[in-house]
Amino acid sequence: MPLPGIRPSIPATPRDDHAEDAPLSIHDLTVAYRRKPVLWDVDLDLPEKRLIALVGPNGAGKSTLLKAALGLVPAVSGDVKVYGRDYKEQRRLVAYVPQRESVDWDFPVNALDVVAMGRYRRIGWLRPVGRADREAAMVALGKVGMADYAQRQISQLSGGQQQRVFLARALAQEARLYLMDEPFAGVDAATEKAIVALLDDLREQGNTVLVVHHDIQTVPAYFDYVVMLNMRVVAHGPVEDVFTEENLRKTYGGKLTLLSAAAEALAGRR
Amino acid sequence: MWTTFDTAIVATGAIAAMSCALPGCFLLLRRSSMMGDAISHTVLPGIAAAYLLTGSRDSLPMFVGAIVVGVLTALLIQAVQRGGQVEEGAAMGVVFTSLFALGLVMIRRAADHVDLDPSCVLYGALELAPLDTVSVGGWDIPRAAISSGALLLINAVFIGIFYKELKLCAFDPGYARTQGIRVGALNLALMTLIAATTVAAFESVGSILVIAMLIVPAATAYLMTDRLPIMLVGSLVFGALSAALGHGMVVWMVDGLGLPDTSSAGMTGVAAGILFVAMALGSPKYGILMRAARSLQLALGIARDDVLAYLYRHGELDPLGTRPRPTASNLREAIRARVAVSAAIWQLRNRRLLAAEGGGIALTPAGRDTARGLVRSHRLWETYLVEKLGLRPDHVHSTAEVLEHITDRTMRESLSRETGDAPRDPHRSSIPPE
Amino acid sequence: MISSLAAASHAEIVPPMEALWRVLSLQDYNTRVVVIGTTLLGLASGLAGVFLLLRKRSLLSDVVSHSALPGIGIAFIAMTMMGGGGKNTLGLLLGATATALLGIVAVGAIRRFTRLKDDAALAIVLGTFFSAGIALTGVAARMPGAGASGLESWIYGKTASMLFSDALLIGITGLLVTLGTVLLFKELALLCFDEDFAATQGWPVGLLDMLLMGATVAVTVIGLQAVGLILVVALLIIPPAAARLWTHRLRPLAAISAVIGGLACLVGSALSALMENLPAGAIIVLSAAALFCVSLVFGTEGGMLHRGLGAWTLRKRVGRQHLLRALAELAEQSGKDVASFSTIRHRRSWHTATVRGLLASAMKDGLVERVDARHWRLTESGVAEARRVVRNHRLWELFLITHADIAPSHVDRDADMIEHILDERMIAQLEGLMAGENRGHVPPSPHALRPAEGTA
Repeated sequence: MPLPGIRPSIPATPRDDHAEDAPLSIHDLTVAYRRKPVLWDVDLDLPEKRLIALVGPNGAGKSTLLKAALGLVPAVSGDVKVYGRDYKEQRRLVAYVPQRESVDWDFPVNALDVVAMGRYRRIGWLRPVGRADREAAMVALGKVGMADYAQRQISQLSGGQQQRVFLARALAQEARLYLMDEPFAGVDAATEKAIVALLDDLREQGNTVLVVHHDIQTVPAYFDYVVMLNMRVVAHGPVEDVFTEENLRKTYGGKLTLLSAAAEALAGRR
Repeated sequence: MWTTFDTAIVATGAIAAMSCALPGCFLLLRRSSMMGDAISHTVLPGIAAAYLLTGSRDSLPMFVGAIVVGVLTALLIQAVQRGGQVEEGAAMGVVFTSLFALGLVMIRRAADHVDLDPSCVLYGALELAPLDTVSVGGWDIPRAAISSGALLLINAVFIGIFYKELKLCAFDPGYARTQGIRVGALNLALMTLIAATTVAAFESVGSILVIAMLIVPAATAYLMTDRLPIMLVGSLVFGALSAALGHGMVVWMVDGLGLPDTSSAGMTGVAAGILFVAMALGSPKYGILMRAARSLQLALGIARDDVLAYLYRHGELDPLGTRPRPTASNLREAIRARVAVSAAIWQLRNRRLLAAEGGGIALTPAGRDTARGLVRSHRLWETYLVEKLGLRPDHVHSTAEVLEHITDRTMRESLSRETGDAPRDPHRSSIPPE
Repeated sequence: MISSLAAASHAEIVPPMEALWRVLSLQDYNTRVVVIGTTLLGLASGLAGVFLLLRKRSLLSDVVSHSALPGIGIAFIAMTMMGGGGKNTLGLLLGATATALLGIVAVGAIRRFTRLKDDAALAIVLGTFFSAGIALTGVAARMPGAGASGLESWIYGKTASMLFSDALLIGITGLLVTLGTVLLFKELALLCFDEDFAATQGWPVGLLDMLLMGATVAVTVIGLQAVGLILVVALLIIPPAAARLWTHRLRPLAAISAVIGGLACLVGSALSALMENLPAGAIIVLSAAALFCVSLVFGTEGGMLHRGLGAWTLRKRVGRQHLLRALAELAEQSGKDVASFSTIRHRRSWHTATVRGLLASAMKDGLVERVDARHWRLTESGVAEARRVVRNHRLWELFLITHADIAPSHVDRDADMIEHILDERMIAQLEGLMAGENRGHVPPSPHALRPAEGTA
């Protein structure tokens, strides 16, 4: 029989103050790579129909947050809900754009093939890629301005073009929540503009887009909502409210010596 | 029955294994372990080609032929890799299988004239090594031991001379190049040595088992230590041990189990594998068992802390001691780690931090001091996480729960400083003094 | 194919036409069984090998084949001890499959639980398992009354003495593997290209991986009998590596790989039927190797000739453009359209021979003409061509200057070379980009930003 009243520091009320059907609702997420914690207790609801920047210094755990939300890296604790339900039931609604370096660009496929991969889940087991899906892939390629390159082998595309192909693959999925890992990395100005226009379009159509972003200069111009991350969520909210000097300092310059010392100690113990 | 014959077999096998282990360490560190596999397969065509070219069965031309083809293999793999932009593993596969096939055809053509048994090249005949001896200073020493011993010496000298260059090339070839080290030449030299070692060893352990001797002892040593010199020595030891253990197992199987005789070279490879598994499990630093033991200890430590903190909080709620004392089963119930809690209670009793009292368990004065530190850590962390990191008060418990176990006195002092010596935590529980 | 036939049959006595015909038309029952069986094996392994190659796991097949040997030994010993004959093919194959799978698991376990890298995991498992195989078959061979002389055929193959039942087994397995890879083509392709993405899409990545490994093991184990343990690896590695040199597209890649695999087996087994004292497995692998060499040289995507030709034409084009620009800029500076050989040569510090060659080839194309022994000038069409070249160059320079901060990421190749490979579309884009910053961009020779003295 557990004794009553013990452990007064444990809150009695269940923590169900999370929005019912936020596009992405992350609850108490803690992630450790190897032995070192990289994300502490992230708790986050993304609002709907927003263009959201995820910013933070190197090693802040931005990519890890995306990957953990998608179940690609195991979380120590926490859970993730997509539009109010378990992520695994809602995969259909989530499109992921990984970092460009994550794949072998010498792989023998052309741009259209890669984009069509976004339709595979829809097509299902065993069935080949049909005409309708190829057309949908073509439309997606058109949206990123790459229709002329559909038959190009992917190694012959420039960095910006490869990035656009990845975006097109996500578009072909016709999802509602888009998680993009540094889509602006190593792209030229023209592609950057094209991607921004595309992101705006996505939002107009009622989708939510979360973008890992490096260039804090452009945050106010490109995004309307921002999540500031440095191992834990420093601040999140509309850009005009939270994208302040102080929060930036906390995110990028904030001394977390105690937290890092704790992380080191934990790594040593395990 | 162990005879001097057996001793000679083990000695020959050990020398061959040790000669392979040294260059194997660098293959392993350069992440091209399979290169040893490729080169050892192509000894066959080398020998066959030498025979077809010279028509003699002397060892020297065969030795040279096998080295040449071995080095050629390394170069061809590089050529296919660059010329055809083929991935390294595939390039190796293409080259060594083709050369091996060529070797088989050549052997078959040669076999029309003379008996050249490919099996002998592949498996080696360690058992026969003591029969073929050379007299050195009145001692009959197996020829295979002499040739492998020479290679062992050459390898050791080579590694001794180029130690730091080899180390740098294995670690960061790009940087090595900027430092003016001829990476390509050094690589070629290493491949030449591996080819030569392979050929010298093939008579005793067989060319295919060479790959086991190249990589497995080196990998075993790699799991044992973080330091290259120790790894090199360790690989030698494990190579020699494999030979002894391997032949020992053969003798045991024949004498003890009554099984038919089998290949000592094969059992040497098996023994190397057994040593590897043992090290993978039991290595003091990286062993699977050690890691399991460490995490078990960690879990026990956490359970101990949890028991102490639980009892402390119980005391806080019940300062006068009017309520019944918690029992062991209460603790197990509350902390949800039944076995660990039982063990923890036992340990804590032994350390005189807990004592039986009033039908339950209570902290001793020493136990209370330790527990106060833990609860203080927990509450300080909660305060810190809320005040300094802006986390919500209802979200910090689990994090603090993790951190309290690793927080020492100095860390508590800084925490206290950072939070302005707050008297109470976010849940308004008082933070106990140090 | 003809060349490989010729290459492989070099020193043998040329077989009479009649014998050749008998083999090729599959008239002998025995030949028919062998040729059809091995060809199916080649097709299946060519297909399965493609995905291994794309997953950068080619050498895993080497581990699989070597770790099949202890299974054969164990199965043989077990069957002999149970009183049955040790040579039951099905039993041996089951044993081989079991330890081959165990080998894959062992590789995975080493990767997962130790800090050793991929290559070491492969080498350790291969070495240890094969050693165990040698020891076990050693025991098997010396077991009383076992008569295990046949075990060696698993290492070297026994193509020539293949039975109908063997061929049937190979055929069925090959067909299953082929069918499986064709049906699961897009799933396997996705797995190989972007495993993480596949996982986010909810594909059972682990299961797919296991299916691929299963196909590899199946092909390897049935191939053991045909070509032997060491050489079956070649059937999984060589055909896809060769096919990769012909195409950048996945479906053709798989098709070509299957064809190369099938062809190598067909040619190899037919040849070895003609020349009976040669080991068939080796001939099959050498046929595959010959096809690989042909692909390496002539392949249309990354073959050496193809790439060499590409580099050569580019070098030629660059030289030509440098020459024309040098002449045009010299004319611009001096106001005279005639330039001396030495001024041309110093313009880019060329070697004398280089300039001679460039001038000669440009003259042949009617772009330059010789005024006298030491002097040259552009012809009319040469002037037009030079104008175009200079304009491209300056557009590019302008672009680099105005957009230099972002250009390097866009032109990750040699920045100096890029002007020579500008195509129409890019020039149009450049013109568009420059329109705002540089008024009057239309004149073919805008004001030079750098002094014409420089050799940009």
